[in-house]
Amino acid sequence: MSASAITTGLLPADYREYALRLGDNALILGQRLSEWCGHGPFLEEDIALTNLSLDLIGQAQLLLELAGSQGDDTEQKTADELAYLRDADAFRNVLLVEQPNGDFAHTMVRQYLMDVYDEILYSELIRSGWQPLADIARKVLKEIRYHKQHSGDWLWRLGQGTDESHQRMQQAVDDLWFYTPELFENDDLQQRLQAAGVAPDMASIQTRWQAGVLPALKQAGLRPPESGWVATGGRKGHHSEHLGYILAEMQFLQRAYPGCEW
Amino acid sequence: MYSQGLNGPAEKNTDDSPEQLAAFQKRIDAEEKIEPRDWMPSGYRKTLIRQISQHAHSEVVGQLPEGNWVTRAPTLKRKLILLAKIQDEAGHGLYLYSAAETLGVSREQMIDDLLSGKAKYSSIFNYPTLTWADMGAIGWLVDGAAIMNQVPLCRCSYGPYSRAMIRVCKEESFHQRQGYEVMLKMANGSPEQRRMAQDALNRFWWPALMMFGPSDKDSIHSAQSMKWKIKRFSNDDLRQKFIDATVPQAHYLGLEIPDPELKFNEETGHWDHGEINWDEFYQVIAGNGPCNRERLAARRRAHEAGAWVREAVLASQQKHKQPREVA
Repeated sequence: MSASAITTGLLPADYREYALRLGDNALILGQRLSEWCGHGPFLEEDIALTNLSLDLIGQAQLLLELAGSQGDDTEQKTADELAYLRDADAFRNVLLVEQPNGDFAHTMVRQYLMDVYDEILYSELIRSGWQPLADIARKVLKEIRYHKQHSGDWLWRLGQGTDESHQRMQQAVDDLWFYTPELFENDDLQQRLQAAGVAPDMASIQTRWQAGVLPALKQAGLRPPESGWVATGGRKGHHSEHLGYILAEMQFLQRAYPGCEW
Repeated sequence: MYSQGLNGPAEKNTDDSPEQLAAFQKRIDAEEKIEPRDWMPSGYRKTLIRQISQHAHSEVVGQLPEGNWVTRAPTLKRKLILLAKIQDEAGHGLYLYSAAETLGVSREQMIDDLLSGKAKYSSIFNYPTLTWADMGAIGWLVDGAAIMNQVPLCRCSYGPYSRAMIRVCKEESFHQRQGYEVMLKMANGSPEQRRMAQDALNRFWWPALMMFGPSDKDSIHSAQSMKWKIKRFSNDDLRQKFIDATVPQAHYLGLEIPDPELKFNEETGHWDHGEINWDEFYQVIAGNGPCNRERLAARRRAHEAGAWVREAVLASQQKHKQPREVA
């Protein structure tokens, strides 16, 4: 057992798992956004959506590299191996990010809910006791702040805009809201990471997230649905049916032509 | 913002007197840049609007064949590069629409003309991208041909277009190199990768040569455009320059150019080539290429699906002063 494992009680597999959770969120959301490429509602937004995707895939690359560097030589993997050669049940992203783009309202509500979460989470992770993660968090945070400004503007603009845009936004909130509790799940690993000073307290992240999102929804004339089914399972590799198709597309070349350099 | 495109068109010059035309030509001959507020012949304006908007449309439609592979890019690095490249292309489109707007045409009008099929875009984007090697071939050949066309446009007599081209060319040259690097990997890779690379060259070679337009003897716009210094070299001269630059690059890759008549001419110092299939060229221009219908349908779909978003932006601008800062 390494010196750090003795002081923190964490094993390389725990660090890897946490970096995968963060990296897979960024990868799958970035992959979803890249589906918009060339199909946005107008040219400036086409550029913006591509830019969001670009940032997220870049973040995923850093986080998956970090995940892959944990453990001994037999366990280590490249970011590409992790992205392209795992099956769906080994992915650790939350179900929210794998939900289909739907219309622009669904894409932007999904984006806003994640951006607020990521901004709060990464503003804590810059103080993580796991230094390589804290270093990545600093870079991520700068990008996420722009993302949230962008999606927050759209939340307001479309929530208030026309009857149609309001209805579409409300529908998106209704459809996506019950994917958000999963963001704050406080499982055994999360608790051990928190105790070791690697990850923040999820209950306080949730409180801050609600304090940000609920007034913003209200200001945009939107409201969260009152009750319904609650999604869970991503952290255990139990995903929605969508992830299999995302991976089938994303991993096609690596699967069809194994071992090639590209 | 999109609503900039809602500005109405400027007054057109319809009464070009011989004195005005002569004075204008004198400025052109003195290599002066023409700026948006300057007097210009209506034909000059019309030509530039046609050319710049067609160029802008090409950048925008050009996102589609590459976007076709972005979700399937084989590594994270390749996905990042491709996303950045497509983002550049969309940025060029934006820049060029703005340059065209300085001539008094609105972006809305230009987009309507594209979607109605009235305005054209580069014929090359009506060919499908069938394998990952096509991402290499497009960067290498299509962006390579675009650079040959666009470098002289950096000296175009119309100031806004010339300045746009200076910026665009810097990025295109990066695109061309990354495309060649994809080809290099594929050509030196597994037998399947090599086959994909050769196949991509086979499919994109002739369409890339067609990007330079009709041969000089059939080009109806060339002579006047040259006199106005919108254009600096003829279609055939640029095409030859492209072939001369590209043939050695293909040889370095160990790939074969799909032209049995291709032969180095010791006397002229140029590569002689076989005849282009002009029937195919005019068919694609007329809307009968392999992907014309799909490309336009995709643009129309995006435009129609985004209508409610654009309406909401305008409504929200009119209704409220936006409170800052949300959550």
